[in-house]
Amino acid sequence: MVKRRSIRKESEAVAIEVRVPTVLRKHTGGENKISGVGTSLRELLDDLDARNPGLRGALISEDGQLHRFINVYVNDEDVRFLGGVETELQEGDQVSILPAVAGG
Amino acid sequence: MPPEENELLTRAQIAGRVDLDRATYDALIAHGWSDHPYEVCGFLAAQNGRFARHYEIPNAARSMTYYSMDPKAMLRPLREIEDHGWDLGIYHSHPHTEAFPSPTDVQLAHYPEAVYLIVSLQDRDQPVIRAFDIVEGKITERMVYVDGMQAPVGQR
Repeated sequence: MVKRRSIRKESEAVAIEVRVPTVLRKHTGGENKISGVGTSLRELLDDLDARNPGLRGALISEDGQLHRFINVYVNDEDVRFLGGVETELQEGDQVSILPAVAGG
Repeated sequence: MPPEENELLTRAQIAGRVDLDRATYDALIAHGWSDHPYEVCGFLAAQNGRFARHYEIPNAARSMTYYSMDPKAMLRPLREIEDHGWDLGIYHSHPHTEAFPSPTDVQLAHYPEAVYLIVSLQDRDQPVIRAFDIVEGKITERMVYVDGMQAPVGQR
């Protein structure tokens, strides 16, 4: 049995891998996978934005919440059903970003 | 509206083609009928240039005029398609209108790498599938071929 939460020091940075969709790769120099640190999705996006300017703004609206047409997943779970941008992250978590697929 | 205006709305420059196998083409139309009059949606994957695999994704909106893929259901198929390096197709149905992208379709087209296919069931006896690139608001149509034969385009 694998323990879900590993013990770590308060200040220890948590490295998280993030999959980036084609439409947002203009912010990542064309990379489809990037990684950053943070103990919550909000912290992770702040960290990523420092090296990938414009990425956070493409995901978060002015009210601080995720854009309506952006889906973010932590380990295959839609963060809207977790804690939204406050979703806690742990070492080894996989974050995926996907634009919604919708139309008329 | 006057015909010439209608024409402007439903025509785009034609460039390139998209190939499907017969089973996939028929499956998209069958999927369209399966929840008629609601819109259905899903992904397609092409290996070696021919779309021969499709993934039906629930329309979370279950609407006659709108579709929104269930976020959880779309993750794994998209990942599979990307991990295999397959070409991506995104399809949805227009139960009552022609197979041309609506303004909403264009506004919400966030997959510039995908080919967008629209299944029109407007003519009950002659369903039509048309295919489009939608990149930064610009629509370009691709001709649809099924097992190498040009597919019906309906009224265009």
